[in-house]
Amino acid sequence: MHSKRSHWNKPSPGARFAAYAGLAFMHTPVLVIILYAFTTDDRTYAFPLPGVTLHWFEVAFARSDIWDAMRMSLGVAALATLSAIVLGSLTALAMSRSRFWGREGITFLLVLPIALPGIVTGIALLSAIKLARLDPGFWTIVAGHTTFCIVIVYNNVVARLRRMPRNWIEASMDLGADGWQTFRYIVLPHMATALLAGGMLAFALSFDEIIVTLFTAGHDKTLPIWFFNELFRPRERPVTNVVAVIVMIVTFVPILLAYYLTRPAEEPA
Amino acid sequence: MSSAIQFRDVSRIYGAVRAVDAVSLEIAGGEFFAMLGPSGSGKTTCLRLIAGFESPDSGTVLLDGRDVTASPPYERDVNTVFQDYALFPHMSVLENVSYGLRVRGVPRPEQRRLALEMLELVKLSDLGERRPSQLSGGQRQRVSLARALINQPRVLLLDEPLGALDLKLREEMQVELRNLQRRLGITFVFVTHDQGEALSMADRVAVFNHGRIEQLDTPRALYARPATAFVARFVGGANVVEGALAHRLSGRSQAFAVRAENVQVLEAASVPPADAMRCSGSVLDVQYHGATSRWLVKLESGEMFAASAEANSVATFGAGAPVTLAWSRSDAVPLASEPVAQ
Amino acid sequence: MSVATSLALPTSGALRKSATFLYRRPGFYLALLLIPPLLWFGTVYLGSLLALLANSFYAIDEFTAKIVYQPTLATFKQVVTQPAHIDIIVRTLSMAVAVTIACACIAMPIANYMARYASPRTKAFFYVGVMLPMWTSYLVKVYAWRLILAKQGILSWLLDAVGLETALDALLRLPAVGGPSLSSSYLGMFIVFVYMWLPYMILPLAASLERVPASLLQASADLGARPRQTFRNVVLPLVLPGLAAGSVFTFSLTLGDYIIPSVVGAPGYFIGMMVYQQQGTAGNIPLAAAFSVVPIVLIMIYLSLAKRAGAFDAL
Repeated sequence: MHSKRSHWNKPSPGARFAAYAGLAFMHTPVLVIILYAFTTDDRTYAFPLPGVTLHWFEVAFARSDIWDAMRMSLGVAALATLSAIVLGSLTALAMSRSRFWGREGITFLLVLPIALPGIVTGIALLSAIKLARLDPGFWTIVAGHTTFCIVIVYNNVVARLRRMPRNWIEASMDLGADGWQTFRYIVLPHMATALLAGGMLAFALSFDEIIVTLFTAGHDKTLPIWFFNELFRPRERPVTNVVAVIVMIVTFVPILLAYYLTRPAEEPA
Repeated sequence: MSSAIQFRDVSRIYGAVRAVDAVSLEIAGGEFFAMLGPSGSGKTTCLRLIAGFESPDSGTVLLDGRDVTASPPYERDVNTVFQDYALFPHMSVLENVSYGLRVRGVPRPEQRRLALEMLELVKLSDLGERRPSQLSGGQRQRVSLARALINQPRVLLLDEPLGALDLKLREEMQVELRNLQRRLGITFVFVTHDQGEALSMADRVAVFNHGRIEQLDTPRALYARPATAFVARFVGGANVVEGALAHRLSGRSQAFAVRAENVQVLEAASVPPADAMRCSGSVLDVQYHGATSRWLVKLESGEMFAASAEANSVATFGAGAPVTLAWSRSDAVPLASEPVAQ
Repeated sequence: MSVATSLALPTSGALRKSATFLYRRPGFYLALLLIPPLLWFGTVYLGSLLALLANSFYAIDEFTAKIVYQPTLATFKQVVTQPAHIDIIVRTLSMAVAVTIACACIAMPIANYMARYASPRTKAFFYVGVMLPMWTSYLVKVYAWRLILAKQGILSWLLDAVGLETALDALLRLPAVGGPSLSSSYLGMFIVFVYMWLPYMILPLAASLERVPASLLQASADLGARPRQTFRNVVLPLVLPGLAAGSVFTFSLTLGDYIIPSVVGAPGYFIGMMVYQQQGTAGNIPLAAAFSVVPIVLIMIYLSLAKRAGAFDAL
């Protein structure tokens, strides 16, 4: 739908420049990172780049500490995402029904992990770990991540379920399908892409998580923790840049896919 | 022969609202039954109680003599055509139609064969591979019909199925549904707020108001002998005469109804036949309906009266003209003060 | 119509019996769905928050450096009375407010262009363009700024090329704002904060701007107002909910952050850093817990203010 531009709707050249400049400002840092992964300079962040090379990629792939951290991150993300998919779906299925006692309370509860700053969640988890005299490590990291992953999956799935007309379930049962069959043939296909999107978002966010993880990790290192340490005691700077590019790709791609999965809207018939 | 559907004192209450208030009825097998009433009268809730989407708070629902009050929808031999069709968008038309067979474990080739037969019955043979979103409203309605009928239910429920169609399509579908029901011989229960539809299609009609059935009768009986003021007004828009005016005209204080087409509009000074009831007033508005004209007259005593006549009959009275209204005593139908359900 | 197979309703198998059982008992079904997630949330999340609260009421014994499990308000007193701590809170709060204001100012032209002037295709382009940085890893973005702000990094090179390096030096010598280099100064931190939270301000603001009916702007112009006047008198009051919503994000995210102050930081402490530090080397979890209650309280206050401005309707 193309609207005719009347004189009051024309942006001044200044306004257009400001908008595009702002957008460019938001994107340059990412481009800078990618650029620096190829630099030959290994001691400073000098610009312009003295030279361009792929050498640091090789070095990065050879370092065992990077691989260990990567494995840890992938393991945590996979486990947290799987638990979140199950627990988040159960919650969404319950919450998409009509009112019941305690519904507002649960909604509030599910907003907290996002509403409270990460630092509060982090120190809270640590307090609990210490009080329970547990050893912080892989399992405590997973526990922390699962919590906000549940919220992410829940938000995605419940939004989709709320858009499902209630009489689909009635129609299915009317035609002879019981609850399990209705779920399998009608509800699950409807929420499938939202579930997938939620899962991918949860995976990406878990992989990238640093704020809460620093509190719950103990001596274990996820890739973001490795990265964080490198910022203060760098071994080989350009290798850090390479890892940055890798982290960026691993987290960016699922989020992009999740976005495309949840965009097209279905129409009820 | 036990009735196909039976309600015994069924009630459904939402908080303070009695959506269905101790309703009892019997619907015979093979009958085309209509549930008529304004929105909120309880007719749709009754339909949902038959289907099993709602459970009564008291009373029993019986299908073919069997108590199904506690049975879920998938255990009742009843199928529903929904108001907005409720077709599954992620399945093709063929898959939608064969859904009922699929969940019963009927083998695939058999599903396909029967579904194609069904589509032929509703005249949609070539549209099997389409998605519901690619169909028109009328086509979607036929698909939902096919989807319901493929399961060979004993009872077919239709929830205001013609509401979304334009006039011409609606009239076509009315004829088709009636023919379909006669061919299949199964019970159709039809919910509508359109009294013309109910009268033209149904064998018997239940008129609902505030959760109760005010009258359950054949269309002719409903029209000629409405039992209550509500039925008289809702079905055919009759004039209801009550109170002081009723006493003056008939000698008794019981309310009665007069159909507009039975009321003659005469000149103010004319003298109607001896045994006729008459009253005076002035014309408020005249509506031209093509074959008939309809006058809205304000009586001297203040009430509104409607009279209609064929277009080529006598005088034309314009707005403001003083007139005398007259009708024969036999056309005055006495009304009960309480709803009478049978 | 021929039907070969019998279409009698299927006899009840165990699965169907269980389905009907659950159908007849919606309360039980609901409980079955909710018990696993609520159990998790209850123990892991709520339990932790309770542990946090509990810890903030304990104190650390100065001599043994061990937690004394006796309820006391001493730790809270420490947080709100010690001048060093008050410094930290004030510093964090000022940064949060400054960042919020800056984000609002920078977001406005972008959001305004997106909502008002962009054609549908350009609008989609802008929306994706704003969301892309949001989808990029947090740590990577912080690190990128480290590179940009570094002493011989891109920004200094750029300023050198334009001849503004003396201006930068002067700026860095300012007491509150400056530091040895951009990447270890409050100014640098400020820039990074603004960059990070900009999308969170742009999106609700753009949504709010889109909801302003074009007819109002036309009416204002028709009555003689110039674009700037229309903006100040008509648009701004109407998009207050969107601004409030965006500010909730920028405020609370800045208040609780400890990564950015550490990576692009001046020596002064922020609340988040304090919490992290106290639980780490000092092992003073009660103090860390008490400190983390401060942002909770501040955010709650800010949320109630934002709610009054209509933020929750704009989300």
